[in-house]
Amino acid sequence: MQVSRRQFFKVCGAGLSGSSIALMGFSPTSALAEVRSYKLAHATETRNMCPYCSVSCGVLIYTTGDKSKNAKADIIHIEGDPDNPVNRGTLCPKGAGLMDMVKSPNRLKYPEVREAGSNEWKRISWEDAISRIATHVKKDRDANLIEKNADGVTVNRWNTTGFLASSAAGNEAGYLTVKILRNLGVVALDTQARI
Amino acid sequence: MTNHWVDLKNSDLVIVMGGNAAEAHPCGFKWVIEAKKDRKAKLIVVDPRYTRSAAVSDFYAPIRAGSDIAFLGGVINYLLSKDKIHHEYVKHYTNSAFLIDEGFKFEDGFFSGYNAEKRSYGKDTWKYQLDKDGFAKIDPTLQDPNCVFQLMKKHYSRYTPELVSKTTGTPQDAFLKICEMMAETAAPNKTMTICYALGWTEHSVGSQNIRTMAMIQLLLGNMGMAGGGINALRGHANVQGITDMCLYSEVLPGYLSAPTDADVDRKTYLEKRTPKALRPNQMNFPQNFPKWFTSLQKAWYGAAATDKNDYGYDWLPKKDGAYDVMAIFERMHQGKMNGFFCQGFNPLASVANKKKVGDALAKLKFLVVMDPLATDTSEFWKNYAEFNEVDPTKVQTEVFRLPANLFAEETASFTNSGRVIQWHWKAADGPGESKSDIEIMAGLFLKLKEMYAKDGGKLPEPILNLTWPYRIANKPSPAELLMEISGKALGDVFDPKDKTKVLVKAGEQVAGFAQLRDDGSTSCGNWIYGGCWSQAGNLTARRDNSDPSGLGQTLNWGFAWPANRRIIYNRASCDPAGKPWDPKRAVIRWTGTAWAGNDVPDMRPDAAPEENVMPFIMNPEGVARLFAPALAEGPFPEHYEPFETPLDRNPFHPNNAKATSNPAARVYKGDMETFGKAKDFPYVATTYRLVEHFHYWTKHSMINAILQPEQFVEIGEQLAQEKGIATGDKVKVRSNRGFIKAVAVVTKRIKTLDVDGKKVHTVGIPIHWGFKGVAKPGFITNTLTPFVGDANCQTPEFKAFLVNIEKI
Repeated sequence: MQVSRRQFFKVCGAGLSGSSIALMGFSPTSALAEVRSYKLAHATETRNMCPYCSVSCGVLIYTTGDKSKNAKADIIHIEGDPDNPVNRGTLCPKGAGLMDMVKSPNRLKYPEVREAGSNEWKRISWEDAISRIATHVKKDRDANLIEKNADGVTVNRWNTTGFLASSAAGNEAGYLTVKILRNLGVVALDTQARI
Repeated sequence: MTNHWVDLKNSDLVIVMGGNAAEAHPCGFKWVIEAKKDRKAKLIVVDPRYTRSAAVSDFYAPIRAGSDIAFLGGVINYLLSKDKIHHEYVKHYTNSAFLIDEGFKFEDGFFSGYNAEKRSYGKDTWKYQLDKDGFAKIDPTLQDPNCVFQLMKKHYSRYTPELVSKTTGTPQDAFLKICEMMAETAAPNKTMTICYALGWTEHSVGSQNIRTMAMIQLLLGNMGMAGGGINALRGHANVQGITDMCLYSEVLPGYLSAPTDADVDRKTYLEKRTPKALRPNQMNFPQNFPKWFTSLQKAWYGAAATDKNDYGYDWLPKKDGAYDVMAIFERMHQGKMNGFFCQGFNPLASVANKKKVGDALAKLKFLVVMDPLATDTSEFWKNYAEFNEVDPTKVQTEVFRLPANLFAEETASFTNSGRVIQWHWKAADGPGESKSDIEIMAGLFLKLKEMYAKDGGKLPEPILNLTWPYRIANKPSPAELLMEISGKALGDVFDPKDKTKVLVKAGEQVAGFAQLRDDGSTSCGNWIYGGCWSQAGNLTARRDNSDPSGLGQTLNWGFAWPANRRIIYNRASCDPAGKPWDPKRAVIRWTGTAWAGNDVPDMRPDAAPEENVMPFIMNPEGVARLFAPALAEGPFPEHYEPFETPLDRNPFHPNNAKATSNPAARVYKGDMETFGKAKDFPYVATTYRLVEHFHYWTKHSMINAILQPEQFVEIGEQLAQEKGIATGDKVKVRSNRGFIKAVAVVTKRIKTLDVDGKKVHTVGIPIHWGFKGVAKPGFITNTLTPFVGDANCQTPEFKAFLVNIEKI
């Protein structure tokens, strides 16, 4: 029976110990010197991009599991994508630390509110957060949207609420954001590109 | 970038000025190293600091922060006075021969038309002379005293090497050596490229810094060439894409200038933005503006947009003034704003004058922060001792903080600095209950729509009519959105030359912006991205990295806007007859019947050279502008001092105090008083980034925090000696707006310069710290910076201001 090293590791991963399989005569064609399998062998590889500077280096993200519905993927490794024609697999000292960004202890996990005058955050549900924010937005828009200027020209602008947009968001999120904001009447809109 | 990252390898001479690519864009910078290695290219670095880019350069020269136009204007003078220009290129492809209005003047630091009260120019004289057909008059001999070439020559004749050196602090011999090296690329088959970044933009004359270099590149014939161009090395991985989507007040997606109060209806709006050609036979590409705008209206309002209601024109907000980030904070500071959203943006850290920003936020009724990280801005109300002195009980702002996903947790496209749109895939869910920005925005919008549908309210039409064709309403997919951005036919689109021929069937994706129409038969969310998701599928996800040209063009990797073109203005890489200036690096050529080659031609494919269709198709005159009236402070760049200058005067206009700093820059009431004077704050400060950190993000990332844990400032040996400061000492750096404390690093990398008879010292201030993060808490550097920006785009002056420094 021809078993490649990769298949051999797969079989081992299915639950039997490597040594017992070898004892049963299923030894891989090449010598097995390692005691542990290469940890990325079972990982799922996803092509992604470094979010830092505008070189926008290609990265490969390795996660546990096979992306099936019930398998919770966990990021275990990130490295440069050797196929990407710009970075050709390299990453800089910023990008080489991406794992620690993804896993930063300062990642936000839940919606929170800090009430007026309070000194602390309070966890709230998404539903409460969106509903409270939408109520603020509607109240301010209904009160302050200017339909006509002094000359009677229709201007339909709402300039008492503003928005700063992210340059780390994808094009699709950016487009949807501007589509929504412009049609609420927002003119006080800016992005990191300015600075 | 007019060119792209890999194209840097095709250059003969790389200039790094106003940036530090080796540390801020390391993986892109390796293409500069490739050029040095394989082409024997030379690298010149001009910077106030001897950076890591300088460390691998062939020639380095120091410069005083904020004096780049003096330097580059001096280069223009050198090229013109020594006649080291690419004559054919300048004659045919620029407006050098165009005649300018006879009333145009430049006197005592001001161009004609200055209004001191309004701090702005009337531009009546900054224009071409027109003939009876409305075409610009030209003098092909370039001899007329009112032609652009002669006016430019006269303007820059004042920029002598002596005055350049006196103003910049760059030793004269170093300046001349650089002029000489640049001048060599006037040869048709030699190219120079420029890599700049925030070191040029973050000045009160930022736009003109870049324009001066653009003029040099035109004089040397380097635009449109492989290894040439003007290359902005931008900040974030998708800052280019977000700029293209136009999440800022002046424009709608695809850089369509946003309507103002003066644009009373759609007709008026379109007429003003649809120019007529200024020379015969030119493509005058912006004549297609109505097609782009109408397609955007159809993308947003669908069937509700008809010719009866101006395609929903009135629903779009009309702008009545400036709403850039500083204008927004000024309004907020005046108490004119109630609500504010920060989506992945940390303005308390990244906008000028932190105190003003914090005080402004405290005047809001509500603030919503959407971010993957606990940003400083989200806790502007919390007391962090001297890092953030504030009393929470006095801040009545209600603050919401919503957890957003990071890159790894989203499928999306990013557009890199070289305009290449690349698709990436989600690897894992984000932590806890975090959501994507798409989902957060969709959730908020649908809630509002429900409220307006149920309760009514002001102007519900644009909300209720906004197209929402997404399969899962509260979770539009990135694929659906990119298809909407790219555009599709709503009805059959016919060939304008043969009305019986259908180019795109109703319902199909368009192949590019050429198929867009102004009659409502097409929709397109962003015309410059037109065709990125065609009938062939998602072209941004292509991963064929083959490069048959050897130039690094990789035309089947992702999709570059516009039209998958990798080098824009590439028609200019050929002589007027259509032959490449450099056959070894041919980008395109005229084959006898069409334009073709190693890129998508930036020209009508069948425009024979004898038709004289010029390469700069976005200009109604078809040529590039050495004289550019669109700029706020003058059609030719002029040196003005930073608003906080170590000098008592502008060495170019020593007798006119009013021409010291940019006369057209906007200064708010009260801010002029916050500018410091050299007698109190004698040292030039400049802020910058470190190779180990990215803006204010990586202070949250453990490995980066370990690599560079603590805030520091850099000073030169001479200043250190004068102030009795040694490496490791704790110092206090003060500007007229506040102070920071940091560890001092005394370095040979920053030299004291001789400027206008004075010794000028520079204090270097890395920006990466704040009161939130896993790195050691630090002060927000923008506590120090002035609240003034570039006169055209209001980018704040972070790169040149005044401080004092003392040992604690």
